[in-house]
Formats: sequence, structure tokens, C-alpha cells
Amino acid sequence: MSTNTQNSRRDFLKISALTGGGLLLGFSWLETDAAIPVAITDLLAAEKKGFNSYLSIDTDGVITILSPNPELGQNIMTSFSMIIAEELEADWTKVKVIQAPLDTKSFDRQLTGGSGAIPHSWKRLRTAGATAKYMLVQAAANQWNVPASECTAKNGMVIHAQSGKKLSYGSLAVQAAAIEVPKNVPLKDRKDFTLIGKIVKNVANKSIVTGKPLFGLDFYREGMLYAMIQRPKAFGTKIKSVDSAAAKAMPGVVDVVVFKNNVAVVGKSTWEVNKARKLLVIEYENDGGTPESTSDHNAIFSNLLDNGNVTVKRKNGDVAAAFANAAKIIKSEYQGPFLSHSPMEPMNFFAHVRPDGVELVGPTQTPASARSATSKLLGIPEDKITLQITRLGGGFGRRLKFDYVVEAAELSSIVKAPIKLIWTREDDITGGSYRPAVKYRFEAAIDSSGNLTGYKCRGVGINSGSPTREDNFPSGAIDNLLIEAVEHKSAITTGAWRAPITNFLAFAEQAFLDEVATAMGKDPVQFRLDLLARAKSNPVGTIKYDIARMEGVIKLAAEKSGWGKKKGVSQGFSVYFSHASYVAQVCEVIMQAGKPVVKKIYAIADCGEVVNLGGARQQVMGGVVDGMGHAMYGKLSFKNGAAEQNNFNTYRLIRMKDVPEVEPHFVNNGIEPTGLGEPALPPTGGAVANAIFKATGKRLRNQPFIEDAIFKTT
Amino acid sequence: MPIFKLSINGKQYQPDVAEDTPLLWVLRDHLGLVGTKYGCGIAQCGACTVHVNGTAVRSCVLPVSAVKNSAVTTIEGLSANGDHPLQTAWDEVDVAQCGYCQAGQLMTAAALLKKNPHPSSEEINNAMQGNICRCGAYHRIHEAIKVASKKI
Repeated sequence: MSTNTQNSRRDFLKISALTGGGLLLGFSWLETDAAIPVAITDLLAAEKKGFNSYLSIDTDGVITILSPNPELGQNIMTSFSMIIAEELEADWTKVKVIQAPLDTKSFDRQLTGGSGAIPHSWKRLRTAGATAKYMLVQAAANQWNVPASECTAKNGMVIHAQSGKKLSYGSLAVQAAAIEVPKNVPLKDRKDFTLIGKIVKNVANKSIVTGKPLFGLDFYREGMLYAMIQRPKAFGTKIKSVDSAAAKAMPGVVDVVVFKNNVAVVGKSTWEVNKARKLLVIEYENDGGTPESTSDHNAIFSNLLDNGNVTVKRKNGDVAAAFANAAKIIKSEYQGPFLSHSPMEPMNFFAHVRPDGVELVGPTQTPASARSATSKLLGIPEDKITLQITRLGGGFGRRLKFDYVVEAAELSSIVKAPIKLIWTREDDITGGSYRPAVKYRFEAAIDSSGNLTGYKCRGVGINSGSPTREDNFPSGAIDNLLIEAVEHKSAITTGAWRAPITNFLAFAEQAFLDEVATAMGKDPVQFRLDLLARAKSNPVGTIKYDIARMEGVIKLAAEKSGWGKKKGVSQGFSVYFSHASYVAQVCEVIMQAGKPVVKKIYAIADCGEVVNLGGARQQVMGGVVDGMGHAMYGKLSFKNGAAEQNNFNTYRLIRMKDVPEVEPHFVNNGIEPTGLGEPALPPTGGAVANAIFKATGKRLRNQPFIEDAIFKTT
Repeated sequence: MPIFKLSINGKQYQPDVAEDTPLLWVLRDHLGLVGTKYGCGIAQCGACTVHVNGTAVRSCVLPVSAVKNSAVTTIEGLSANGDHPLQTAWDEVDVAQCGYCQAGQLMTAAALLKKNPHPSSEEINNAMQGNICRCGAYHRIHEAIKVASKKI
């Protein structure tokens, strides 16, 4: 048994008798260490203290768990509950899961992003379950007048084997509430897990397949108004004049409001508002500089790669000497376009700004930041603002930004009515916060003995934050290495897009390494293993990735895919470390009618302990599909500051026919979970490009791949 | 505005809406049937799929005036207890991730199985090509249709 002995604070787990009878175990995630419980006297007190993060056990045995993090399809409501139920020895059929509202007093890191929820909460969720189990066992032992050590808990029952006595959790809930809360509770050994690692179905399945109102766009409040905003169509422009007379005259329109660079139409239904908005006559003018086009960006990329004022992100050895003495130099450039997140549920939020406070309801990945920004904007204290988190119809990073939440709140404060702000799909695709466009120049030096002696990567991003990940592999494995970055500031807004930066960089790097391996006459898998062996035996500078874990996924991928042993298919390899997990992929391509067709992708993930095997497979398979879809088809281009694509007829997303077979596997190494929402996506583009090279001899260096001539052959 | 007499999931409704209002927004804003989803508004993503006289239709581009006496079925009316073979298969296969597109996927699949109870893989792909799943749950959507087709 592993025991949690850390953390003596007692104010995180809250136990009480429910007013209706039963055990209430509240817990929160306020500290990095797992939580330790404290008894509280009753539920009302708990509510007054804001403890609405809890699991409760009712007298009928129903266990209710509040899930704090926004659910956008990463299946967090199921996996969080599984972790608690595992340690609690709960009867899973009696577990109910509810989405918690925003509550920064009770919850920590109540956000969805960075593949971080399970790693962050793993130990505190286990402790919460184990603590409740301890108290239930103690309550039963007291009742039977036997030592607790003779009792066991299983499937929602406490059992005394010697006497054959049994009591259900429901019948013990009231007495358990009176038990002194333990400081250190033992946690289960992973070999005893019965729920963790199994396939457990999404707790929301029934609601989803019957069309229940789960999402923000489904929210309705009697008397609410509907609103759409016309934003500038081109980045870098601002409103010059507005003529809203025709729009105002339309049936169902209540008001047209101009604020900041927005013209909002407020009315009685979505359709009426949408129709009226089309009648707005708005003139725009340049807001300072020149609105940019994609052709400008191409020139900017070239110029910055050649002459940019770069920042050195990592430097090892003497790069200049390595390249001066090279027998062969390989140099390639890789470019990726802007991408829209386009979650299926467009941006929307409900806001009601009243004199006494604000009510916010809707889909957001960052509820705390959204509330904080609303508070600042309206000058209303945060404790007067409630935020209810609905289910999110996808996020992919778009809903880490809260621009649409603040818009809704500002508009409600102006029109003094409850409003639901809706972005159309066109608003979503043209409205910004994109995956930044990037370009990379890689160079490799190979000496006369055939050794890789030098490596350079210079990245340019448009509002990318930082376009490089300088401490990732292969850094540490090459004597002379230089990673540089340079940025271009643009009026086009960007944001985190699932696996920020690595969603393209991984492709570029893994495709370039394939070029280097080919030039050196090495097998791509062996080439990477050799580099890792070098990094292990004689590291160059600091190593910030786990060499053994990376080797592990590489070897398992080679084994599962029959790497190098298959006839009739062309295989491509890729491996990447992102966030805190490792994924290797092998793509298989065949030629059909002269064109390469992706038939299968093996994806081997090391994300530490797999909590829900079903959910984990979803993340890996979905990540591969997402990675392949955007590598193949994703492209958002600009003309004079305006996006040239505005809906799914011109902005292509992957569809069922385009999807290859995907075979996921997981490394079972017993380490604590390291996250899986993003890490399966980055390696896919590289695996696909490398397999296409194998099949066609053609290197794909720009996305989307579909624009390459090899897909246009007839 | 005119009043339209609609038959939806076997019930009669009389919304008072402009005649060019797409059925999608009548369902969502005026009748409270929000299981049918808005995704693109131009019949490209399939999230808004309903049945009109048993045929899968994109409700985001169907004006309410064109519905007339047709029988409309939405996800809420696909089965009385959420136990249509596809709905149970969706649970069995654990299809959904975010779940937003799934009502449209289910309605498209239900229309397919009604016409063709035992479709081939290719027929499934062809029928489902108009429905986007941004989470990439296509493998499980495909599998669940196969599972359901075995139960019919």
C-alpha cells in the first residue's frame, strides 16, 4: 500500500452529515499536495463557507461527485469520478457526477488546458476517496465492536469476513460523518485497482444521445434576448461609421448597440437577429498599419529567417565550426498556416448584469479568468459574479480565451437585459484567436565520417508567443546545436490551439530528422534510438525530457507496427514529447491511382497510468484524426486583413472517409498520470509526411499537404 | 407573422415565426427542442440533421414554410426512452467525446438504417460524409452503426 503522508493541513476535505441524513465529503484541490480532511458540522455551514466541491454519500448509497473542471470531451467527468470511486471502493453504478460551478474558494486549477487536470488532481482525488472509505470502515467497525483492521470495503459495502457481517455505505453514511477524520490515509497499490485502467463509459452518454440541453447554446432563460455582434471583417481596421437604421427596423430587433469596435444587434430570436445584422451598413478604416495578406506573411517569413533579430533559445558547442567542417549540409524549411479552432459549438455565452450582481452561464475552458475579466470591465467585485459552466461542444484552446464572455457581459450591462450572445460559424472562423502561422528553417551538419555534428533550427512565428521548444529532443543529443526564435507582431489575433506550437513544430522537426536519417543512410527508428543513447551516455547540456520514456514508446511502436518488416505498405515514423507525455506513431501509406493514401496509423502513448482506457483511446485516436486532418487540409489565409475562408465549405475539416485505421497502445509503466488531451496530436503530421516520402520520394514541407502536387496527380 | 402548424415527434406545434425562419431555429428558439444543434448554418456539418417524413434533412437551411404537413422527427423523438438501437449502440461503443455533433450523427445514421438496415462500410462512409465530428470520433461512430445494424 502506498500512503499519503504529505500535507498536514486539515481544511481541504470537509465531512458532514447531510441535513437529509448521510455523509457529505467535500474536498478541494487548493494545494499541490493531496488533501487532508476536516470535519464540518453540517451542510448549511459548508455551503455558507462555499464548500460546494464535494462528494456526498446519501443514505440510499448514491454517491454524488462534483466535477470542477470544464468538460469539453476529454471525459474528465468520468475519469475524475473513477479515481475517487477506486479508492472509495464505491459501487460504480451508484455514482452520479455533476458539473461544479466556478468556485475559486473550493477548487484549484478549475480550467481545461495543458493536458493537466488528471496529473494535477490525481493524488488529491485518490485521497478524497480513501478518506471517505476509511471513515465508513471505522463506522462499521464501531458498530460491530471489532477492530477496523479486520474489516474490508468493496463495491459499496463494508465487510467483516470473520463474522460474515456486511453493511452498505448508505446505511453507514450518518455514523461515518461522526468519525474523526484521518490525517494519513493509505492509498491502494495499483495492482489492486479494479476501476482505474478499465474501459468505463462516459457518464453523460444517455444525456448526449437523447439530445438533452447540456451545452451553452442550449441554455435558455425566460425573458432573455439574443445577440450577435458584427466585428471588423479585417484585422487592423476599425469602425468609421455605422448606419443601423435598416437593421433596427427589422421585426424582432430590440436594439442595435455600438461599443468598442463592435456593432451588436439585440433581438427576440437568433434568426431575426442574424437577418437584421446583415442589413448593417458599416464603414471601416485602417487602424494604424496596413492590414496583412498571406502573401505579406510569406515575405515576412523569408525576411525574418534571413535577417531577423533572433533570440538565441539554446546553444551548445561550436555550431559555426561544425558547419564549416561539415562534409554534407542538409537544409530545409517548413511552413504552416493559421488555423481556426472551429469547435462544433460556436462561441456563445449568457450574461445577466443586474444592479446587485452578474450571472454568467456558458462554455468556457477558463471560468476564473472569464469572471475576473468581467469583474474588471464592469467594476463589479468577483464575489457578486456567478459563473455556471455548461458542457463545452469542443474547445481545442479557443475557449481558453474569454473575449466572448466579456462581450456578453458588456452588452448585457449596456442593454440592461439578460442576453445570450451567439457567434455564427462565420464569426468563429473569421473572428480570430488562431493557431499562429509559423515557419522553420532547419540545418544539419554531417562530418566526413557520417556523424551528425551540428543542428540548427530557426523559427518564425506570427504572434506565436515563442515558436520553438528548444529543450525538446533532439537537444541534448547533438554536440553543436543552435535554436533561435523570432516573432512578427500582427493585428491578426492568435491563441493556444490544441498542443500549442508543437502541433506544427513536431511535424517539422520529425520530418527534418527523417531527412537527416535518409541522408545519413540510417533507419529512422534506429537513428532516433542512437541519438537518445548518446543523450543518455553523454548528454550535451541539460536534458528536459525523459530518455527512457521516449525510448519506450519508440521501441513499442516499432514492435506493434512491424517496423521495416512489412511488404506492400510504406511506413513513416515520428515521436514527440509534449506537455508531460510521450507518443510515437507509425503511419502506413499505400498508392492508389497514383496518389498516396494513408491507411493506418499506430499510436503508442506513454501518459503514465491510464485512468480510463476508453477515454484514453478516445484522446489518442481523436488526437491522431485531429493531427492528420489539419496537416492534410487545414488552412486559413488572409487578404487585406480578412480571412479568406469563413465556413466549412471553404475551411476543410477531416471527415469520415478521410480517416485511416488508428491502432492505439499504451505503455504500462506504473508512473503517475502525465496527461493525454494533447500529446497524441503533434506526432501525426510527421508520421504521415515521412510515410508519404517513403511511398513517393516526395518531401512534404508545407501544410496543408493536400495542396501538394502529389495529391493532384490523376 | 404567420402561424405554422407543425407536427414534430408526433406532437402538434403552432409557432408564430417569419416564413423564412429555418426549422432549426424554430425548434431551438421557439419550441425549446434544443437537441438539434447549430454548427454551420449552410448544410455543411450535419449537426442540425432531423428527419422530415423519414428522410435526413439539414434543418439549418430548411425554411419553416417548406415543412408544411410533413412529419418532423428530432433527436428528442428518435425513440420514446432513448433506446433506439443506434442510441444504445452509441452508449455501448462509447462514441461521444464532447457530444455536440452526436444528435446530428444519430439522425443521419437512423435515416440510413431505415433505408438500408445492413449497410456496408462504404455505404456508412457515404451516408456519414456530411457530418463533421471535430473530436474525431469517426471510428466509433462507424462501429456503432455496425453494432446497431446487427440489432435491427
